[in-house]
Amino acid sequence: MEPRRSTGLTATKLHILDRPLSRGKNEVHVLALMRHTHTQSVSLSAFSFLFSEMVQYFQGRVQNISDLENRLDDAGFGVGVRVGELLCHREKSGRRETRLISILQFIVSTCWKALFGKAADALERSTENEDEYMIHELEPLTNKFISVPPDLGQLDCAAYIAGIIRGVLTSSGFTANVTAHTVEVGTPGQRDKTVFLIKFDERVMRRERVLT
Amino acid sequence: MATPRPHQRVGDVAWTKMTKVNGELFALTYGAMVTQLIRDFEDLKAVNQQLDNMGYNIGIRLIDEFLAKSGVSNCQDFKETAEVIAKIAFKMFLGVNAEVAHWNAENNACSLLIYENPLTEFVELPPSAYGVLWYSNVLCGVLRGALEMVQMRVEARFVKDVLQGDEVSEIRLELKGMIEEAMGDEYKED
Repeated sequence: MEPRRSTGLTATKLHILDRPLSRGKNEVHVLALMRHTHTQSVSLSAFSFLFSEMVQYFQGRVQNISDLENRLDDAGFGVGVRVGELLCHREKSGRRETRLISILQFIVSTCWKALFGKAADALERSTENEDEYMIHELEPLTNKFISVPPDLGQLDCAAYIAGIIRGVLTSSGFTANVTAHTVEVGTPGQRDKTVFLIKFDERVMRRERVLT
Repeated sequence: MATPRPHQRVGDVAWTKMTKVNGELFALTYGAMVTQLIRDFEDLKAVNQQLDNMGYNIGIRLIDEFLAKSGVSNCQDFKETAEVIAKIAFKMFLGVNAEVAHWNAENNACSLLIYENPLTEFVELPPSAYGVLWYSNVLCGVLRGALEMVQMRVEARFVKDVLQGDEVSEIRLELKGMIEEAMGDEYKED
């Protein structure tokens, strides 16, 4: 006798919004237990193959590097909007962050942990501009297997992650511009780290001052 | 049927050795890509084709990693190949098992049944895409590309998809022939 499958007829007849939201990694599925598997992860290879194929597809359709980064950023934006909504329901019982610092912390801890299995390496506020914040990441997932050929110089595939950050921020009401920058670490043998520069919209800053 | 299933065990071992990432990030990334393809091509049939092409590119590279890490060597016949794909390859890369079923009389065509497809998490197809868009078509390309690298010419296509209201996702896999290893003319002696 085959065990009953998780995706049976009854489940598929319901619209996605009528089905319960999966609880991510914490979900202990009876079937998953029986088979000693966790249904919620895939191999890093599968992700990397897919991501690299996506980058190459975009590359074939753009004129220059900044266009390519923009397309990666746009792809990430859609993901960010969904991730923000998903984690807000799952981890915050539907409560949305309204303050600048809390939303940033939500991103570097909650979102980062959910997406990459770890918190971001650092969150910093710019010393020069009050509307600028920086997220430091030593090993962005997207850059793991990407070696940038010299003729593409400035390309940073972390633009995809920058798009995700922008998506989470924008859908929570924090309009911002997010860019990914490669920064040399200096220590030989160590890979360059990536800094995500977040520049908030002026309206966001004004609202923040009112709330304080 | 309580026969031991060694392939499954090999698959589980291979899976434990793989570095893993969040399946939801994977699913959402794939979704972002499909959305972009639909925007670019506007024709869902062309999207199927493009997904298959991308899968093919992945497949021809993925087979190297599979052979290097799975510990699988030559398969005896197509029947074993299908089992290896379902129990080891699917497990190793996507963390799920597929099932092989519906063999034809000649033993050169079968179906892969996928019960938990990690690509389709959070996806709801609009009814206008029913019967046209095979959302996970990239998998067919991967199978075709990977098998071509081990001298098997196959045709893979979706015939059922959970997203279209079917009970299970089903990929029909047909062996079209073996690719003979032949020397190029330039290497032949006169």
